[in-house]
Amino acid sequence: MAGRRKPNQSGRYPKKITKYLGMDATSSAKGVMENGEQPHVLAVDDSLTDRKLIEKLLKNSSCKVTTAENGPRALEFLGLGDDQHTNLEGRISKVNLIITDYCMPGMTGYELLKKVKESSIMKEVPVVIMSSENVPTRINKCLEEGAQMFMLKPLKQSDVKKLRCQMMNCRS
Amino acid sequence: MDKNLSQRQLDMKRSLLDQGYLDEQFIQLEELQDEDSPNFVEEMVTTFYNNSARLLENIEQALVTGPIDFAKLDNYMHQFKGSSSSIGATRVKNECTRFREHCTAANAEGCIRTFLRVKQEHTILRTKLETYFQLARQAGPSASGGGAKVR
Repeated sequence: MAGRRKPNQSGRYPKKITKYLGMDATSSAKGVMENGEQPHVLAVDDSLTDRKLIEKLLKNSSCKVTTAENGPRALEFLGLGDDQHTNLEGRISKVNLIITDYCMPGMTGYELLKKVKESSIMKEVPVVIMSSENVPTRINKCLEEGAQMFMLKPLKQSDVKKLRCQMMNCRS
Repeated sequence: MDKNLSQRQLDMKRSLLDQGYLDEQFIQLEELQDEDSPNFVEEMVTTFYNNSARLLENIEQALVTGPIDFAKLDNYMHQFKGSSSSIGATRVKNECTRFREHCTAANAEGCIRTFLRVKQEHTILRTKLETYFQLARQAGPSASGGGAKVR
């Protein structure tokens, strides 16, 4: 998928955009993110301070936010947890973007990224990695694994505005 | 809103910024404060201090319980530095950086020395911010947050 999608004359986005937004159009558990609907972001960070910050930043940008304190909880929320069987029964969450810290104990943000990209259901959801450290090899590794963007912490309002634009337009 | 208190609050903020206790990130937090979260900045700072207490204890334990695991120390300090940075606590953050340099060099004495400075800066800032928030509360809601931009 490439190019910019514009709403048609009635102001609605074509159905194909659901693929970009990480939603299977044939699944009844998910819906189309229509013009004016709030994007739903899943923010993952082991630091409570940082979770509070990212949540406020996103809410101030009119996003609906769910936070998770680690990778496994994030996967559970996405319906990619260990107990896949029960998760597939309509508990799949509709998420338009995942933003995750890189350095987390247990499952790192990179490992979470890989799991999302390996999933047939969730692989189209853009994943943004955040880190307080500017390590080029780390950044490249994430981008190569399919991360949408890499952002340096601490996050600011201008960073989140950038994210918002990315979510509303088509990615490359 | 008492104009004098509001001015004192602004002056104190200017002074904290000029002296390097706080940086631009703190201003970001104030800009995020709104009617939905009228005490956002104070809540962020409270969260930071509540969480950092535990981290500092862990670091202290790791320093006094030999042999020193520098990788573990560095990991703890990385976390602590991250949240300090998120609230704009510059001096604290800078001491954290120095601490991590000593970890990399496996310099135990250097770690202990800088850790004491980290704790010191951490405590000094808390006192100053307590005063600042007291001023903010007394000055009234329109004196802080998005309405007052100190540059």
